[in-house]
Amino acid sequence: MEWEVVIGLEVHAQLNTASKIFCGCSTAFGAAPNTQTCPVCLALPGALPVLNAAAVDKAIALGLAVNAQINKRSVFARKNYFYPDLPKGYQISQYELPIVGKGTLTIALPDGREKLVGITRAHLEEDAGKSLHEAFSGQTGIDLNRAGTPLLEIVSEPDMRSPAEAVAYLKKLHALVRYLDVCDGNMQEGSFRCDANVSLRRPGAPFGTRAEVKNLNSFRFLEKAIEYEMERQQDILESGGKIVQETRLFDANKGETRSMRSKEEANDYRYFPDPDLLPLVFDEARIGAVRAALPELPDAKRDRFMQQYGLPAYDAGVLTASRAVADYYETVAVGVDAKMAANWVMGDLLGALNKAGLEMEGCPVAAEKLRILLQRIGDQTISGKIAKDIFELIFAEGGEVDAIIDSRGLRQITDSGAIAGLIDEIIAANPQQVADYRGGKDKLLAFFVGQVMKASKGKANPDQVNASLREKLKAGSQ
Amino acid sequence: MAFDAEAVIRTAHLARISLPAAEVAAVAEQLERIMEMVEALRNVPTEGVGSMAHPLDLEQPLRPDIAQNSDRREALMQNAPAARDGLFLVPKVIE
Ligand SMILES: [Zn+2]
Repeated sequence: MEWEVVIGLEVHAQLNTASKIFCGCSTAFGAAPNTQTCPVCLALPGALPVLNAAAVDKAIALGLAVNAQINKRSVFARKNYFYPDLPKGYQISQYELPIVGKGTLTIALPDGREKLVGITRAHLEEDAGKSLHEAFSGQTGIDLNRAGTPLLEIVSEPDMRSPAEAVAYLKKLHALVRYLDVCDGNMQEGSFRCDANVSLRRPGAPFGTRAEVKNLNSFRFLEKAIEYEMERQQDILESGGKIVQETRLFDANKGETRSMRSKEEANDYRYFPDPDLLPLVFDEARIGAVRAALPELPDAKRDRFMQQYGLPAYDAGVLTASRAVADYYETVAVGVDAKMAANWVMGDLLGALNKAGLEMEGCPVAAEKLRILLQRIGDQTISGKIAKDIFELIFAEGGEVDAIIDSRGLRQITDSGAIAGLIDEIIAANPQQVADYRGGKDKLLAFFVGQVMKASKGKANPDQVNASLREKLKAGSQ
Repeated sequence: MAFDAEAVIRTAHLARISLPAAEVAAVAEQLERIMEMVEALRNVPTEGVGSMAHPLDLEQPLRPDIAQNSDRREALMQNAPAARDGLFLVPKVIE
Protein backbone atom coordinates (compact mmCIF):
# COMPACT_ATOMS: atom_id res chain seq x y z
CA MET A 1 0.00 0.00 0.00
CA GLU A 2 1.21 3.43 -0.93
CA TRP A 3 2.15 6.25 1.42
CA GLU A 4 0.86 9.76 0.86
CA VAL A 5 3.06 12.68 1.85
CA VAL A 6 1.43 15.68 3.55
CA ILE A 7 3.34 18.97 3.38
CA GLY A 8 2.74 22.39 4.88
CA LEU A 9 5.18 25.30 4.48
CA GLU A 10 6.10 28.21 6.70
CA VAL A 11 7.76 30.96 4.69
CA HIS A 12 9.67 33.84 6.22
CA ALA A 13 9.74 36.81 3.86
CA GLN A 14 11.88 39.77 4.89
CA LEU A 15 9.85 42.88 4.11
CA ASN A 16 11.91 45.30 2.03
CA THR A 17 11.36 48.36 4.16
CA ALA A 18 14.09 50.99 4.50
CA SER A 19 14.09 50.82 8.30
CA LYS A 20 13.58 48.06 10.86
CA ILE A 21 10.16 47.08 12.15
CA PHE A 22 10.39 48.78 15.56
CA CYS A 23 13.24 51.33 15.21
CA GLY A 24 14.82 53.72 12.70
CA CYS A 25 17.88 51.56 11.94
CA SER A 26 18.63 50.75 8.30
CA THR A 27 17.87 47.26 6.98
CA ALA A 28 20.49 47.42 4.18
CA PHE A 29 22.30 44.12 3.69
CA GLY A 30 26.06 43.82 3.97
CA ALA A 31 27.00 46.67 6.34
CA ALA A 32 29.88 46.26 8.81
CA PRO A 33 28.70 44.27 11.85
CA ASN A 34 26.56 46.06 14.41
CA THR A 35 26.75 49.43 12.63
CA GLN A 36 22.98 49.33 12.04
CA THR A 37 21.87 48.98 15.64
CA CYS A 38 20.37 51.19 18.35
CA PRO A 39 19.10 50.84 21.91
CA VAL A 40 15.78 49.42 20.66
CA CYS A 41 17.15 46.57 18.53
CA LEU A 42 19.94 45.89 21.03
CA ALA A 43 17.30 45.61 23.79
CA LEU A 44 18.92 48.16 26.06
CA PRO A 45 16.82 48.83 29.17
CA GLY A 46 14.10 51.43 28.76
CA ALA A 47 14.04 51.38 24.96
CA LEU A 48 10.56 51.07 23.46
CA PRO A 49 9.46 49.73 20.06
CA VAL A 50 7.46 51.88 17.63
CA LEU A 51 5.85 50.06 14.71
CA ASN A 52 6.87 50.81 11.09
CA ALA A 53 3.87 51.83 8.94
CA ALA A 54 5.40 50.37 5.76
CA ALA A 55 5.69 46.91 7.35
CA VAL A 56 1.97 47.06 8.11
CA ASP A 57 1.07 48.09 4.56
CA LYS A 58 3.26 45.41 2.99
CA ALA A 59 1.62 42.76 5.18
CA ILE A 60 -1.80 44.03 4.07
CA ALA A 61 -0.69 43.91 0.42
CA LEU A 62 0.34 40.27 0.69
CA GLY A 63 -2.91 39.48 2.47
CA LEU A 64 -4.98 41.08 -0.30
CA ALA A 65 -2.98 39.25 -2.98
CA VAL A 66 -3.86 35.86 -1.45
CA ASN A 67 -7.52 36.85 -0.97
CA ALA A 68 -7.10 36.66 2.76
CA GLN A 69 -9.07 38.12 5.58
CA ILE A 70 -7.28 41.25 6.80
CA ASN A 71 -7.62 41.66 10.56
CA LYS A 72 -8.20 45.33 11.33
CA ARG A 73 -7.22 44.60 14.90
CA SER A 74 -4.16 42.48 15.59
CA VAL A 75 -1.92 42.03 18.61
CA PHE A 76 1.83 41.65 19.09
CA ALA A 77 3.05 38.92 21.42
CA ARG A 78 6.35 37.90 22.94
CA LYS A 79 7.77 34.55 21.90
CA ASN A 80 10.20 33.66 24.65
CA TYR A 81 13.40 31.72 24.08
CA PHE A 82 17.08 32.21 24.77
CA TYR A 83 19.58 32.47 21.98
CA PRO A 84 22.53 34.87 21.78
CA ASP A 85 21.35 36.46 18.52
CA LEU A 86 18.01 37.38 20.17
CA PRO A 87 18.98 40.25 22.46
CA LYS A 88 15.69 40.67 24.33
CA GLY A 89 15.30 37.00 25.22
CA TYR A 90 12.05 37.10 23.25
CA GLN A 91 11.02 37.75 19.69
CA ILE A 92 8.20 40.19 19.07
CA SER A 93 5.73 38.29 16.92
CA GLN A 94 1.99 37.83 16.57
CA TYR A 95 0.23 34.82 18.00
CA GLU A 96 -3.49 34.73 18.64
CA LEU A 97 -4.48 37.70 16.49
CA PRO A 98 -2.28 37.91 13.35
CA ILE A 99 -2.67 40.75 10.83
CA VAL A 100 -3.57 38.35 7.98
CA GLY A 101 -6.03 35.48 8.38
CA LYS A 102 -7.15 32.69 6.06
CA GLY A 103 -6.44 32.99 2.35
CA THR A 104 -5.63 30.93 -0.75
CA LEU A 105 -2.97 30.64 -3.42
CA THR A 106 -3.53 28.96 -6.81
CA ILE A 107 -0.54 26.97 -8.03
CA ALA A 108 0.13 25.43 -11.42
CA LEU A 109 1.10 21.76 -11.23
CA PRO A 110 3.72 20.20 -13.53
CA ASP A 111 0.99 18.41 -15.51
CA GLY A 112 -0.75 21.70 -16.25
CA ARG A 113 -3.58 21.35 -13.74
CA GLU A 114 -4.19 24.00 -11.09
CA LYS A 115 -4.53 23.50 -7.35
CA LEU A 116 -5.78 25.76 -4.59
CA VAL A 117 -3.48 25.79 -1.53
CA GLY A 118 -4.88 27.20 1.69
CA ILE A 119 -3.04 29.91 3.61
CA THR A 120 -3.63 29.62 7.32
CA ARG A 121 -2.33 33.02 8.35
CA ALA A 122 0.46 35.55 7.92
CA HIS A 123 1.87 37.51 10.80
CA LEU A 124 4.40 40.27 11.40
CA GLU A 125 7.48 39.63 13.47
CA GLU A 126 11.09 40.72 13.86
CA ASP A 127 14.12 38.85 12.55
CA ALA A 128 16.97 37.78 14.85
CA GLY A 129 20.65 38.68 14.45
CA LYS A 130 23.37 36.45 13.09
CA SER A 131 25.74 34.17 14.98
CA LEU A 132 29.23 33.74 13.52
CA HIS A 133 30.59 30.49 14.88
CA GLU A 134 33.72 30.34 12.77
CA ALA A 135 35.33 33.68 13.52
CA PHE A 136 36.93 33.05 16.92
CA SER A 137 38.00 29.85 18.62
CA GLY A 138 35.95 29.04 21.67
CA GLN A 139 33.64 32.00 21.18
CA THR A 140 30.73 32.99 18.98
CA GLY A 141 30.52 36.45 17.39
CA ILE A 142 27.13 38.19 17.26
CA ASP A 143 26.09 40.67 14.57
CA LEU A 144 22.76 42.34 15.33
CA ASN A 145 22.37 44.34 12.11
CA ARG A 146 19.61 41.95 11.04
CA ALA A 147 17.91 41.95 14.45
CA GLY A 148 14.63 43.80 14.09
CA THR A 149 14.33 43.48 10.30
CA PRO A 150 10.62 43.03 9.56
CA LEU A 151 9.48 39.54 8.63
CA LEU A 152 6.17 38.31 7.36
CA GLU A 153 5.70 34.66 8.26
CA ILE A 154 3.27 33.07 5.83
CA VAL A 155 1.88 29.74 7.00
CA SER A 156 0.18 27.35 4.58
CA GLU A 157 -2.35 24.65 5.30
CA PRO A 158 -1.00 21.07 5.03
CA ASP A 159 -2.43 20.95 1.50
CA MET A 160 0.53 19.83 -0.60
CA ARG A 161 0.90 16.18 -1.56
CA SER A 162 4.24 15.96 -3.37
CA PRO A 163 7.64 17.67 -3.40
CA ALA A 164 6.71 19.15 -6.79
CA GLU A 165 3.55 20.74 -5.34
CA ALA A 166 5.57 22.23 -2.49
CA VAL A 167 8.08 23.69 -4.95
CA ALA A 168 5.27 25.07 -7.12
CA TYR A 169 3.72 26.76 -4.07
CA LEU A 170 7.03 28.25 -2.96
CA LYS A 171 7.78 29.51 -6.48
CA LYS A 172 4.35 31.08 -6.77
CA LEU A 173 4.68 32.81 -3.41
CA HIS A 174 8.20 33.93 -4.35
CA ALA A 175 6.94 35.48 -7.58
CA LEU A 176 4.06 37.09 -5.69
CA VAL A 177 6.18 38.86 -3.06
CA ARG A 178 8.39 40.23 -5.82
CA TYR A 179 5.40 41.35 -7.91
CA LEU A 180 4.05 43.13 -4.85
CA ASP A 181 7.48 44.59 -4.10
CA VAL A 182 7.17 43.57 -0.46
CA CYS A 183 10.31 41.38 -0.39
CA ASP A 184 13.38 41.22 -2.63
CA GLY A 185 13.12 37.43 -2.71
CA ASN A 186 16.88 36.94 -2.40
CA MET A 187 17.12 33.37 -1.14
CA GLN A 188 20.92 33.29 -0.88
CA GLU A 189 20.94 36.25 1.47
CA GLY A 190 18.08 34.70 3.43
CA SER A 191 15.43 37.31 2.55
CA PHE A 192 13.03 34.52 1.59
CA ARG A 193 13.35 31.24 3.47
CA CYS A 194 11.21 28.27 4.17
CA ASP A 195 10.53 25.57 6.78
CA ALA A 196 8.64 22.44 5.72
CA ASN A 197 6.33 20.30 7.86
CA VAL A 198 6.41 16.80 6.40
CA SER A 199 4.46 13.69 7.40
CA LEU A 200 3.28 10.46 5.80
CA ARG A 201 -0.07 8.70 5.98
CA ARG A 202 -2.07 6.04 4.21
CA PRO A 203 -4.41 7.83 1.75
CA GLY A 204 -7.59 8.82 3.55
CA ALA A 205 -6.15 8.15 7.01
CA PRO A 206 -5.69 10.94 9.60
CA PHE A 207 -2.50 13.00 9.38
CA GLY A 208 0.64 11.29 10.67
CA THR A 209 3.19 12.78 13.06
CA ARG A 210 5.24 15.43 11.30
CA ALA A 211 8.83 16.55 11.30
CA GLU A 212 9.66 20.21 10.76
CA VAL A 213 12.64 20.76 8.45
CA LYS A 214 14.37 24.11 8.83
CA ASN A 215 16.96 26.01 6.83
CA LEU A 216 15.62 25.58 3.31
CA ASN A 217 16.92 28.47 1.26
CA SER A 218 16.46 27.22 -2.29
CA PHE A 219 13.74 25.51 -4.32
CA ARG A 220 16.07 22.58 -4.91
CA PHE A 221 16.85 22.15 -1.22
CA LEU A 222 13.13 22.14 -0.44
CA GLU A 223 12.59 19.36 -2.95
CA LYS A 224 15.62 17.36 -1.72
CA ALA A 225 14.71 17.74 1.95
CA ILE A 226 11.14 16.54 1.41
CA GLU A 227 12.32 13.59 -0.66
CA TYR A 228 14.80 12.66 2.06
CA GLU A 229 12.14 12.96 4.78
CA MET A 230 9.72 10.77 2.78
CA GLU A 231 12.29 8.00 2.58
CA ARG A 232 13.38 8.34 6.20
CA GLN A 233 9.84 8.31 7.53
CA GLN A 234 8.79 5.45 5.27
CA ASP A 235 11.70 3.33 6.55
CA ILE A 236 10.73 4.01 10.15
CA LEU A 237 7.02 3.34 9.61
CA GLU A 238 7.52 0.17 7.59
CA SER A 239 9.84 -1.28 10.19
CA GLY A 240 7.15 -0.75 12.81
CA GLY A 241 8.64 2.41 14.34
CA LYS A 242 7.06 5.72 15.22
CA ILE A 243 7.86 9.20 13.89
CA VAL A 244 8.99 11.61 16.58
CA GLN A 245 7.64 15.14 16.29
CA GLU A 246 10.82 17.19 16.11
CA THR A 247 12.74 19.95 14.41
CA ARG A 248 15.27 18.81 11.82
CA LEU A 249 17.93 20.73 9.96
CA PHE A 250 18.62 20.21 6.26
CA ASP A 251 22.30 19.68 5.51
CA ALA A 252 22.72 20.81 1.91
CA ASN A 253 26.17 19.22 1.55
CA LYS A 254 25.03 15.76 2.58
CA GLY A 255 21.51 16.12 1.14
CA GLU A 256 19.97 14.83 4.37
CA THR A 257 18.07 16.09 7.40
CA ARG A 258 19.20 15.60 10.98
CA SER A 259 17.60 16.11 14.33
CA MET A 260 18.18 19.42 16.14
CA ARG A 261 17.92 18.18 19.71
CA SER A 262 18.79 21.64 21.02
CA LYS A 263 15.49 22.96 19.68
CA GLU A 264 13.33 20.39 21.47
CA GLU A 265 13.20 22.05 24.85
CA ALA A 266 12.77 25.46 23.29
CA ASN A 267 9.31 24.64 22.00
CA ASP A 268 7.68 26.05 25.11
CA TYR A 269 7.61 29.65 23.99
CA ARG A 270 5.22 30.98 26.65
CA TYR A 271 3.63 33.53 24.32
CA PHE A 272 1.91 36.49 25.91
CA PRO A 273 0.78 39.90 24.62
CA ASP A 274 3.68 42.36 24.51
CA PRO A 275 2.91 45.14 27.00
CA ASP A 276 5.30 47.47 25.13
CA LEU A 277 3.03 47.51 22.09
CA LEU A 278 -0.60 48.52 21.84
CA PRO A 279 -3.03 46.61 19.63
CA LEU A 280 -2.53 47.38 15.93
CA VAL A 281 -5.80 48.86 14.70
CA PHE A 282 -6.56 50.32 11.27
CA ASP A 283 -9.63 51.11 9.24
CA GLU A 284 -11.03 50.10 5.87
CA ALA A 285 -9.50 53.22 4.31
CA ARG A 286 -5.98 51.95 5.01
CA ILE A 287 -6.80 48.62 3.35
CA GLY A 288 -8.40 50.50 0.44
CA ALA A 289 -5.30 52.61 -0.10
CA VAL A 290 -3.09 49.51 -0.22
CA ARG A 291 -5.54 47.81 -2.57
CA ALA A 292 -5.55 50.81 -4.89
CA ALA A 293 -1.76 50.70 -5.10
CA LEU A 294 -1.53 46.96 -5.85
CA PRO A 295 0.14 46.11 -9.16
CA GLU A 296 -1.41 43.70 -11.64
CA LEU A 297 -0.87 40.24 -10.10
CA PRO A 298 0.55 37.18 -11.90
CA ASP A 299 -2.73 35.35 -12.59
CA ALA A 300 -4.45 38.47 -13.93
CA LYS A 301 -1.40 39.31 -16.04
CA ARG A 302 -1.29 35.81 -17.51
CA ASP A 303 -4.94 36.03 -18.52
CA ARG A 304 -4.37 39.45 -20.05
CA PHE A 305 -1.32 38.20 -22.02
CA MET A 306 -3.47 35.42 -23.49
CA GLN A 307 -6.17 37.91 -24.51
CA GLN A 308 -4.16 40.95 -25.51
CA TYR A 309 -1.28 39.19 -27.28
CA GLY A 310 -3.10 36.01 -28.32
CA LEU A 311 -0.47 33.86 -26.61
CA PRO A 312 -1.00 30.22 -25.63
CA ALA A 313 -1.46 29.55 -21.88
CA TYR A 314 2.01 28.04 -21.62
CA ASP A 315 3.76 31.09 -23.10
CA ALA A 316 1.69 33.48 -21.01
CA GLY A 317 2.56 31.48 -17.88
CA VAL A 318 6.31 31.53 -18.57
CA LEU A 319 6.32 35.22 -19.44
CA THR A 320 4.40 36.25 -16.32
CA ALA A 321 6.24 34.00 -13.86
CA SER A 322 8.25 37.03 -12.83
CA ARG A 323 7.38 40.68 -13.03
CA ALA A 324 10.74 41.54 -14.57
CA VAL A 325 10.27 39.08 -17.46
CA ALA A 326 6.67 40.24 -18.01
CA ASP A 327 7.73 43.90 -18.13
CA TYR A 328 10.55 43.03 -20.52
CA TYR A 329 8.20 41.16 -22.83
CA GLU A 330 5.69 44.00 -22.91
CA THR A 331 8.42 46.45 -23.87
CA VAL A 332 9.63 44.16 -26.68
CA ALA A 333 6.17 43.37 -28.02
CA VAL A 334 5.34 46.94 -29.10
CA GLY A 335 5.01 47.04 -32.90
CA VAL A 336 6.40 43.50 -33.17
CA ASP A 337 4.58 40.24 -33.87
CA ALA A 338 3.51 39.12 -30.37
CA LYS A 339 4.21 35.42 -30.86
CA MET A 340 7.63 36.12 -32.41
CA ALA A 341 8.45 38.37 -29.44
CA ALA A 342 7.33 35.61 -27.06
CA ASN A 343 9.52 33.03 -28.80
CA TRP A 344 12.54 35.31 -28.64
CA VAL A 345 12.09 36.25 -24.98
CA MET A 346 11.34 32.68 -23.83
CA GLY A 347 13.91 31.01 -26.06
CA ASP A 348 16.88 33.14 -27.05
CA LEU A 349 16.82 35.64 -24.20
CA LEU A 350 15.95 33.43 -21.20
CA GLY A 351 18.24 30.75 -22.64
CA ALA A 352 21.17 33.17 -22.90
CA LEU A 353 20.51 34.52 -19.38
CA ASN A 354 20.34 31.01 -17.99
CA LYS A 355 23.57 30.04 -19.73
CA ALA A 356 25.30 33.16 -18.39
CA GLY A 357 23.89 32.56 -14.90
CA LEU A 358 22.11 35.94 -14.94
CA GLU A 359 18.72 37.08 -13.69
CA MET A 360 16.49 39.31 -15.81
CA GLU A 361 17.51 42.23 -13.58
CA GLY A 362 21.08 41.91 -14.89
CA CYS A 363 20.13 41.38 -18.55
CA PRO A 364 22.77 42.92 -20.84
CA VAL A 365 20.33 43.46 -23.73
CA ALA A 366 17.80 46.20 -23.02
CA ALA A 367 14.22 45.35 -24.04
CA GLU A 368 14.19 48.35 -26.41
CA LYS A 369 17.16 46.89 -28.30
CA LEU A 370 15.55 43.50 -28.70
CA ARG A 371 12.44 45.30 -29.96
CA ILE A 372 14.45 47.13 -32.62
CA LEU A 373 16.13 43.88 -33.61
CA LEU A 374 12.75 42.15 -34.06
CA GLN A 375 11.41 45.16 -35.97
CA ARG A 376 14.30 44.75 -38.40
CA ILE A 377 13.21 41.17 -39.02
CA GLY A 378 9.65 42.40 -39.47
CA ASP A 379 10.59 45.08 -42.01
CA GLN A 380 12.81 42.64 -43.92
CA THR A 381 16.04 44.51 -43.16
CA ILE A 382 17.63 41.34 -41.81
CA SER A 383 16.81 37.65 -41.76
CA GLY A 384 15.93 35.75 -38.60
CA LYS A 385 19.24 33.94 -38.75
CA ILE A 386 21.28 37.17 -38.96
CA ALA A 387 19.16 38.52 -36.10
CA LYS A 388 20.29 35.65 -33.90
CA ASP A 389 23.92 36.45 -34.68
CA ILE A 390 23.39 40.12 -33.84
CA PHE A 391 21.59 39.16 -30.62
CA GLU A 392 24.49 37.01 -29.48
CA LEU A 393 26.90 39.81 -30.31
CA ILE A 394 24.96 42.43 -28.34
CA PHE A 395 24.44 40.03 -25.44
CA ALA A 396 28.19 39.43 -25.22
CA GLU A 397 29.62 42.82 -26.17
CA GLY A 398 26.84 45.41 -26.30
CA GLY A 399 26.29 47.75 -29.26
CA GLU A 400 23.38 49.18 -31.23
CA VAL A 401 21.31 47.08 -33.62
CA ASP A 402 21.21 49.46 -36.59
CA ALA A 403 24.85 50.43 -36.27
CA ILE A 404 25.89 46.76 -36.29
CA ILE A 405 23.70 46.03 -39.32
CA ASP A 406 25.31 48.91 -41.23
CA SER A 407 28.91 48.54 -40.13
CA ARG A 408 28.98 44.80 -40.75
CA GLY A 409 26.93 44.97 -43.95
CA LEU A 410 24.27 42.60 -42.66
CA ARG A 411 21.37 44.14 -44.52
CA GLN A 412 19.27 41.45 -46.12
CA ILE A 413 19.53 41.11 -49.89
CA THR A 414 16.01 41.53 -51.29
CA ASP A 415 17.03 42.85 -54.68
CA SER A 416 15.71 40.18 -57.05
CA GLY A 417 18.43 40.89 -59.61
CA ALA A 418 21.19 40.30 -57.10
CA ILE A 419 19.56 37.11 -55.87
CA ALA A 420 19.11 35.87 -59.45
CA GLY A 421 22.81 36.50 -60.07
CA LEU A 422 23.79 34.38 -57.06
CA ILE A 423 21.48 31.58 -58.15
CA ASP A 424 22.88 31.56 -61.66
CA GLU A 425 26.39 31.12 -60.26
CA ILE A 426 25.35 28.21 -58.07
CA ILE A 427 23.49 26.49 -60.90
CA ALA A 428 26.50 26.91 -63.19
CA ALA A 429 28.86 25.51 -60.56
CA ASN A 430 26.82 22.38 -59.79
CA PRO A 431 25.78 20.77 -63.12
CA GLN A 432 25.51 17.23 -61.70
CA GLN A 433 23.13 18.27 -58.89
CA VAL A 434 21.10 20.30 -61.36
CA ALA A 435 20.74 17.28 -63.58
CA ASP A 436 19.75 15.08 -60.62
CA TYR A 437 17.17 17.60 -59.43
CA ARG A 438 15.68 17.83 -62.84
CA GLY A 439 15.71 14.05 -62.95
CA GLY A 440 13.34 13.98 -59.97
CA LYS A 441 15.48 14.36 -56.85
CA ASP A 442 13.33 17.15 -55.37
CA LYS A 443 15.14 17.00 -52.06
CA LEU A 444 18.15 18.66 -53.64
CA LEU A 445 16.31 21.99 -53.45
CA ALA A 446 17.52 22.32 -49.87
CA PHE A 447 21.09 21.87 -51.10
CA PHE A 448 20.71 24.73 -53.59
CA VAL A 449 19.08 27.01 -51.03
CA GLY A 450 21.94 26.28 -48.66
CA GLN A 451 24.54 27.07 -51.33
CA VAL A 452 22.90 30.37 -52.26
CA MET A 453 22.52 31.42 -48.63
CA LYS A 454 26.16 30.54 -48.03
CA ALA A 455 27.26 32.54 -51.08
CA SER A 456 25.28 35.53 -49.75
CA LYS A 457 26.79 35.10 -46.28
CA GLY A 458 23.31 34.44 -44.95
CA LYS A 459 22.00 37.79 -46.13
CA ALA A 460 19.75 36.73 -49.02
CA ASN A 461 16.05 36.74 -48.21
CA PRO A 462 15.33 33.01 -47.82
CA ASP A 463 11.78 33.19 -49.17
CA GLN A 464 12.91 34.95 -52.32
CA VAL A 465 15.82 32.52 -52.79
CA ASN A 466 13.42 29.61 -52.47
CA ALA A 467 10.92 30.95 -54.94
CA SER A 468 13.50 32.09 -57.44
CA LEU A 469 15.42 28.79 -57.30
CA ARG A 470 12.30 26.73 -57.98
CA GLU A 471 11.54 28.96 -60.90
CA LYS A 472 15.00 28.77 -62.45
CA LEU A 473 15.54 25.04 -61.90
CA LYS A 474 12.10 24.36 -63.35
CA ALA A 475 12.59 26.67 -66.27
CA GLY A 476 15.79 24.91 -67.31
CA SER A 477 14.21 21.46 -67.25
CA GLN A 478 11.68 22.24 -69.91
CA MET B 1 -2.86 23.54 41.64
CA ALA B 2 0.10 21.25 42.17
CA PHE B 3 3.49 22.82 41.47
CA ASP B 4 5.57 19.68 41.66
CA ALA B 5 9.34 19.31 41.55
CA GLU B 6 9.31 18.47 37.84
CA ALA B 7 7.44 21.69 36.96
CA VAL B 8 9.85 23.73 39.07
CA ILE B 9 12.92 22.22 37.42
CA ARG B 10 11.44 22.72 33.96
CA THR B 11 10.51 26.34 34.66
CA ALA B 12 13.95 27.05 36.09
CA HIS B 13 15.53 25.58 32.97
CA LEU B 14 13.33 27.65 30.62
CA ALA B 15 14.31 30.77 32.57
CA ARG B 16 17.98 29.71 32.57
CA ILE B 17 18.09 29.89 36.38
CA SER B 18 20.31 27.34 38.05
CA LEU B 19 18.44 25.98 41.02
CA PRO B 20 20.26 23.76 43.52
CA ALA B 21 18.39 20.49 44.05
CA ALA B 22 18.09 21.22 47.77
CA GLU B 23 16.02 24.34 47.06
CA VAL B 24 13.51 22.77 44.70
CA ALA B 25 11.00 21.83 47.35
CA ALA B 26 11.08 25.25 48.97
CA VAL B 27 10.66 27.03 45.62
CA ALA B 28 7.77 24.72 44.75
CA GLU B 29 6.12 25.74 48.00
CA GLN B 30 6.59 29.45 47.22
CA LEU B 31 5.36 29.13 43.65
CA GLU B 32 2.37 27.21 44.92
CA ARG B 33 1.44 30.14 47.13
CA ILE B 34 1.86 32.62 44.29
CA MET B 35 -0.39 30.47 42.14
CA GLU B 36 -3.00 30.41 44.89
CA MET B 37 -2.95 34.19 44.89
CA VAL B 38 -3.45 34.24 41.11
CA GLU B 39 -6.20 31.64 41.48
CA ALA B 40 -8.21 34.22 43.37
CA LEU B 41 -8.78 35.92 39.99
CA ARG B 42 -10.96 33.01 39.01
CA ASN B 43 -13.59 34.30 41.41
CA VAL B 44 -13.93 37.55 39.48
CA PRO B 45 -17.06 37.41 37.25
CA THR B 46 -15.82 37.78 33.64
CA GLU B 47 -18.97 36.71 31.82
CA GLY B 48 -19.32 38.77 28.64
CA VAL B 49 -15.96 40.49 29.04
CA GLY B 50 -13.71 40.15 26.00
CA SER B 51 -10.03 39.28 26.27
CA MET B 52 -7.80 42.30 26.71
CA ALA B 53 -4.43 42.61 25.02
CA HIS B 54 -3.48 45.83 26.79
CA PRO B 55 -4.78 47.73 29.81
CA LEU B 56 -4.74 51.08 27.99
CA ASP B 57 -7.61 51.84 25.68
CA LEU B 58 -5.26 53.16 23.00
CA GLU B 59 -4.09 52.05 19.58
CA GLN B 60 -0.58 51.48 18.32
CA PRO B 61 0.84 54.64 16.69
CA LEU B 62 2.79 54.07 13.49
CA ARG B 63 6.18 55.45 12.51
CA PRO B 64 7.06 56.49 8.93
CA ASP B 65 9.53 54.11 7.25
CA ILE B 66 12.68 56.23 7.38
CA ALA B 67 16.15 54.88 8.19
CA GLN B 68 17.49 57.68 10.32
CA ASN B 69 19.79 56.10 12.90
CA SER B 70 23.51 56.66 12.41
CA ASP B 71 26.28 54.27 13.35
CA ARG B 72 26.83 54.43 17.12
CA ARG B 73 28.43 51.03 17.45
CA GLU B 74 31.34 52.16 19.54
CA ALA B 75 29.18 53.84 22.16
CA LEU B 76 26.61 51.07 22.18
CA MET B 77 29.23 48.37 22.62
CA GLN B 78 30.72 49.90 25.73
CA ASN B 79 28.43 47.87 27.96
CA ALA B 80 29.30 44.58 26.29
CA PRO B 81 31.33 42.22 28.49
CA ALA B 82 33.26 41.08 25.41
CA ALA B 83 33.55 42.38 21.86
CA ARG B 84 35.99 42.10 19.00
CA ASP B 85 36.10 43.33 15.40
CA GLY B 86 32.70 44.96 15.86
CA LEU B 87 31.07 41.73 17.04
CA PHE B 88 29.60 40.97 20.43
CA LEU B 89 31.32 37.89 21.82
CA VAL B 90 29.50 35.15 23.71
CA PRO B 91 30.56 31.69 24.87
CA LYS B 92 30.69 29.26 21.94
CA VAL B 93 27.21 28.30 20.82
CA ILE B 94 27.21 24.68 19.73
CA GLU B 95 24.55 23.69 17.23
ZN1 LIG C 1 17.62 49.79 15.95
